[in-house]
Amino acid sequence: MEDRKKILEVNGLKTSFFTDDGEVPAVDDIDFYIREGEVLGIVGESGCGKSVTSLSIMGLVPSPPGKIVGGEILFQNKDLTHLKEKEMREIRGNDIAMIFQEPMTSLNPLFTIGDQLREAVKIHKRDWSKKQINERAVEMMKLVGLPRAEGLMKDYPHQLSGGMRQRVMIAMALLCDPKVLIADEPTTALDVTIQAQILKLIKNLNERLDTAVLLITHDLGVVAETCERVIVMYAGKVVEEGPVHTIFKDPQHPYTRGLLASVPDMRFKKERLYSIPGNVPKPGTIKTGCRFAARCEFAFDRCISESPPLYSTAEDHQTRCFLYDPKEVQPHDRTVVKS
Amino acid sequence: MTEPLLKVEGLKKYFPIKSGILGQVKNYVKAVDDVSFTVNEGETLGIVGESGCGKSTTGRMLMRLLEPTEGKVFFDGKELTSISNADMRKMRRDIQMVFQDPYASLNPRHTIEKILMEPLNVHDIGDPKERKRKVHEFLEIVGLSSYHAKRYPHQFSGGQRQRIGIARALMTNPKLIIADEPVSALDVSIQAQVLNLMQDLQKELKLTYIFIAHDLGVVRHISDRVGVMYLGQMAELADSEALYEKPLHPYTQALLGAVPVPDPDFVREEIIIKGDVPNPANPPSGCRFHTRCPFKMDICETTVPIFAEVEKGHSVACHLYEQSRPQ
Repeated sequence: MEDRKKILEVNGLKTSFFTDDGEVPAVDDIDFYIREGEVLGIVGESGCGKSVTSLSIMGLVPSPPGKIVGGEILFQNKDLTHLKEKEMREIRGNDIAMIFQEPMTSLNPLFTIGDQLREAVKIHKRDWSKKQINERAVEMMKLVGLPRAEGLMKDYPHQLSGGMRQRVMIAMALLCDPKVLIADEPTTALDVTIQAQILKLIKNLNERLDTAVLLITHDLGVVAETCERVIVMYAGKVVEEGPVHTIFKDPQHPYTRGLLASVPDMRFKKERLYSIPGNVPKPGTIKTGCRFAARCEFAFDRCISESPPLYSTAEDHQTRCFLYDPKEVQPHDRTVVKS
Repeated sequence: MTEPLLKVEGLKKYFPIKSGILGQVKNYVKAVDDVSFTVNEGETLGIVGESGCGKSTTGRMLMRLLEPTEGKVFFDGKELTSISNADMRKMRRDIQMVFQDPYASLNPRHTIEKILMEPLNVHDIGDPKERKRKVHEFLEIVGLSSYHAKRYPHQFSGGQRQRIGIARALMTNPKLIIADEPVSALDVSIQAQVLNLMQDLQKELKLTYIFIAHDLGVVRHISDRVGVMYLGQMAELADSEALYEKPLHPYTQALLGAVPVPDPDFVREEIIIKGDVPNPANPPSGCRFHTRCPFKMDICETTVPIFAEVEKGHSVACHLYEQSRPQ
């Protein structure tokens, strides 16, 4: 398992938005990697920077106001942050493909499904014949489980249901056999029964085609069900990273623990939900110290003054919290800060 | 047993589909088609279902924000669908609503004080001084501070806005609150805060809730009884415990089986139903779920199943349980 090659590596990525209030770092110095054929989840609440991370990889950060101001994104030994738009276009859709949250708005309503699928192949496979292109499109439609694929090619997006549109988006993303598929909240706009179908499809395709998947979501249930490894983000930082099993069974960062405890579980009734006090901070408002300190029940003096690094707590598991600093003083010696 | 606080009988809402220049009615979207249930005082009834199942339309009809096509709603012994608009407006003092979108449901041009004062003005409760005091009191109750009264909605986060929405619903001391997806626009950590607040308020103020949501975990957490809707009809209604532990309707089973559980060790009973929800303008004949049902029988295509009790307090509309029903 663990000797699979790293296919995509993100080192020290920092993406900022330049607004009237100055520079706002949406993603602030994050590192992670995806192995070949792996399903990696990024989970976090709104504004934590998970979507900006995916847009940075795809080179789709709206600029201006956004800009990648630091770090590198390595894909097959190439740093994507320094590629020209033309070179990036070769990779985007071909080697790294993306599906978005809104299947309603990601398809052009004026073109048939077939037109849009064929266009996507044509851009990357210029030497293919029309017949070849068409066959490929139909093949992918069948692969994602769409009934009467040939007929659907002539349909317009409005004739399809939400679940079917998301299947078309997945088919489109997989047309050129990408090595990495980025799925940004792929099931958030769908009903649960349809969500279950789509998640099953993504997992199935991951196993059959060996495409690595970066799944971005706010839903911890979706993560537990589909991912092998998980990154938890909070306010632009990676706060915890590890295998899905230890993240859910032995969460370490107080934020991860709080998040897990605040999810109402369908399987049993909790008397009272745990809730993390306070609100998610606006990006860029916390300059020093741990970004979670103001809401953390374990925060002590050091959390306010210093930014914690990632501490390795177990194999493949890292946590950005001073509680896991081996040199840290014992709990009873700390001055706990009341938030 | 005492009379239920709210009793709904055969509620229907048909939206006409018009076409052509003369606007002739071609067909109807049967958004809600013959729904009946009761809500007891002090309890929370959860209503779940996927998009387009009619759960929000039902909620709106109870307050007569939408006029029902047919059916009766009894609240506290009074029939609501036949009274005049003026009388209905007075009734809304006792029935209040909390909406889904905390961004769209507060007027951006009004201060929080003005927003919260409005229900008191409409229902002519108290004098200006008393109203102001009440606004401050309720801001504190929902976990905000009285100094927030002078601010505008855009100065608050989503969770805080939802607290304001709840405070507004509480201003008239209602008996029943209809909450339509009150936490679905919120992040998990904020969602937990708002759910806890709603539970605390229920205990303190002896409120009755109708909680409409699509998130099955949230609904189990807050509800005493739960109704599952599918294509405008009630498929199953039972105590929350019974519904989640022993779901009877195949749709409920599929729905529960589809929810992702935050536990990587969890092995689910796999009942993934095929296809999409059919068009409500042209619902399937017989049982509306038969096109997707894994246990479909011949009778399901032709005959509409009756929604009736199978066990005490557990009602279901499914031909599979026809025999086990007490005659």
